Amino acid sequence: MAYSFPEEVLEHVFSFISSEKDRNAVSLVCKSWYEMERWCRRRIFVGNCYAVNPKIMIGRFPEVKSIELKGKPHFADFNLVPEGWGGYVYPWIVEIARGYPWLEEIRLKRMVVTDESLELISKSFKNFKVLVLSSCEGFSTDGLAAIAANCRNLRVLELRECEVEDLSGHWLSHFPDSSTSLESLNIACLVSEVSFSALERLVARSPNLKTLRLNRTVPLEKLSTLLHLAPQLVEFGTGAYSAEIRSDVYSSLAEAFSGCKNLKGLSGFWDVIPAYLPAFYSACSRLTTLNLSYAIIQSPELTKIVSQCHNLQRLLVLDYIEDTGLNALAMSCKDLQELRVFPSDPFVADANVLLTEQGLVSVSEGCPKLQSVLYFCRQMSNSALITIANNRPNLTCFRLCILEPRAPDYVTFEPLDAGFGAIVENCKQLRRLSMSGLLTDRVFEHIGTHGKKLDMLSVAFAGDSDLGLHHVLSGCDSLRKLEIRDCPFGDKALLANASKLETMRSLWMSSCSVSFGACKLLGEKMPGLNVEVIDERENLDGMHESCPVEKLYIYRTVAGQRFDMPDFVRTMGKDTVYRVARKR
Amino acid sequence: MDLNYKATELRLGLPGTDDLPEINTTTPTSSPTKSNKRSSSEMCLDESRSSPPAKAQVVGWPPVRSYRKNVMHEQGKKTEVGSYVKVSMDGAPYLRKVDLKVYKNYGELMKGLEEMFKCIIGLYNEKELGYNGSMHAPTYEDKEGDWMLVGDVPWEMFLTSCKRLRIMKANEAKGLDFN
Repeated sequence: MAYSFPEEVLEHVFSFISSEKDRNAVSLVCKSWYEMERWCRRRIFVGNCYAVNPKIMIGRFPEVKSIELKGKPHFADFNLVPEGWGGYVYPWIVEIARGYPWLEEIRLKRMVVTDESLELISKSFKNFKVLVLSSCEGFSTDGLAAIAANCRNLRVLELRECEVEDLSGHWLSHFPDSSTSLESLNIACLVSEVSFSALERLVARSPNLKTLRLNRTVPLEKLSTLLHLAPQLVEFGTGAYSAEIRSDVYSSLAEAFSGCKNLKGLSGFWDVIPAYLPAFYSACSRLTTLNLSYAIIQSPELTKIVSQCHNLQRLLVLDYIEDTGLNALAMSCKDLQELRVFPSDPFVADANVLLTEQGLVSVSEGCPKLQSVLYFCRQMSNSALITIANNRPNLTCFRLCILEPRAPDYVTFEPLDAGFGAIVENCKQLRRLSMSGLLTDRVFEHIGTHGKKLDMLSVAFAGDSDLGLHHVLSGCDSLRKLEIRDCPFGDKALLANASKLETMRSLWMSSCSVSFGACKLLGEKMPGLNVEVIDERENLDGMHESCPVEKLYIYRTVAGQRFDMPDFVRTMGKDTVYRVARKR
Repeated sequence: MDLNYKATELRLGLPGTDDLPEINTTTPTSSPTKSNKRSSSEMCLDESRSSPPAKAQVVGWPPVRSYRKNVMHEQGKKTEVGSYVKVSMDGAPYLRKVDLKVYKNYGELMKGLEEMFKCIIGLYNEKELGYNGSMHAPTYEDKEGDWMLVGDVPWEMFLTSCKRLRIMKANEAKGLDFN
């Protein structure tokens, strides 16, 4: 019983519990455990920055060392969320600068981060160690200079696919000579040239550097210098992988790569000159991750590469790999867990490469540990999907994008309901699913019936009626994130499953048939939800009840409606005035 | 023996374009029909010719991140002109690709092509306006779609105008001298 354990014992036991979910469960046992737990929680993950506000967070968890925040909905990645929608981190930084002076780690995804925010971060936390910005925007290299200059114990600085206003590469020189703590540096998304000598010196004085991802401007000829300075690297991202073909440059590079005995992951490879590829082959047998998804390399060379990577667990590649390359992958990489195949030419109707459903089928046959798939292709069949489902019941994440919307089974011309149905039925641990192709309400019936572990579902150009949406909302017990575009779903399913929405993180619907009136009703009836209508076409004040809204974003929140919205966003059904302070 | 006259026909279009099956999604087939196999770098070059039209773009579809779109577009642009071009050789079963950027002059290019196809192209002989003492003659298609003998124009100009290369049998190339 709880009261028989002294606090110190409980605290010690809790220190072994790191998972969010478990921590939340622990806090629900009884009041004393709740109290105990909240004082010793060190990591917070906020999946939607508008679901809670920083005051509430700091009030409940006073001694946090690490925060992760996510802002915009996932479809913002594909330009579906208009500029100015929100996701500003500054108000959070202001509060946590006050509440958590000993904060060490900040991780942000899809948020608007300003130079002001970065400066505030750099000055507010004396022991700041980790800054990871993924798909963020709104800052410039000036903000990075502040981080470099002021964070004395910085260990991790990672910019993952951010949009940075790149004023100059000079910011890197702001790392003081005394800074030797760097463990991970990822500047791959930056455009400007950084001073190579500053980079060289930084790498030389960072003995714990394990991850280094360069940007495109670092020339191939300089790579061997860096690799010699950091032979302990575990993850390395090259710059532009091209240079005049010279045997001395080649052998330098080859020798440098073979000197990195701990190298497990490679990335980069922009502007590839194939003659230089074999320079890294000595590392292939040790690689567990290989990201060639920006590399224009043809199938024969890609085949050669994957055939040597016997320990590969994660491969990201362009569809240049073709079915033949994927066959080779299936034969050589028995430890493969994750495969992502991106389209080289997504906006052209005709296939520019010989990549079909067959490649994915081969990998599903040959790689017993395959769990996670992201696959862009131009044709698919129910039979292939059924085969994949039978081969790989252990799939946890399956994302298939057939480039043409509503494309049917290319052999039978039927919808792909049966194929995706087989996936959800056989893959009982499936947590994430993205579908494409021609799909009727039937596929949603399958999903509602079998997708019990499904956490995130992405749907586009699918379904016939509200029944489809109803199947999902009523059947998927674990559903937390649902994103829908261009589907004929209207008011009925949404209103009938209103309470389900409070058990989810968020629902996104764009170009569907949900009426303004239904949104208002939902917002009024569900105080625990923010029902945001996003519509740039119309003046939202004068919108008619029956008018279908352009975009709808519904999320549960304990923070009430937000007040940082632009004029094309309304939170429906709340009493307070819609447009208050309009920042930005 | 198939002499493949069509391939050696001197005309303005791409050799072989007539023979390609039309992409027809309503024809059931177990193997994919496809058009010219080409990389994204060539897609940029194709814009001026009649190529399969780009689809009317739906916003946010396919779901490719803007970051990725920008990076791929940039790389496509960089390799757009004077870089990777296809090389065909009469009689060879498949095509190759060379990156013209990698060579400093015609001599290096010829050496590279020789290596690739293990043939002797020989040196360009200005006096004779052609390639003597060799079985093959390198030709290229320029921006205007004309087939030219490699070596006539300064190297820099060649780099910016060459779209693809074709190594012809020398006796068939003689006709090109008198454009």
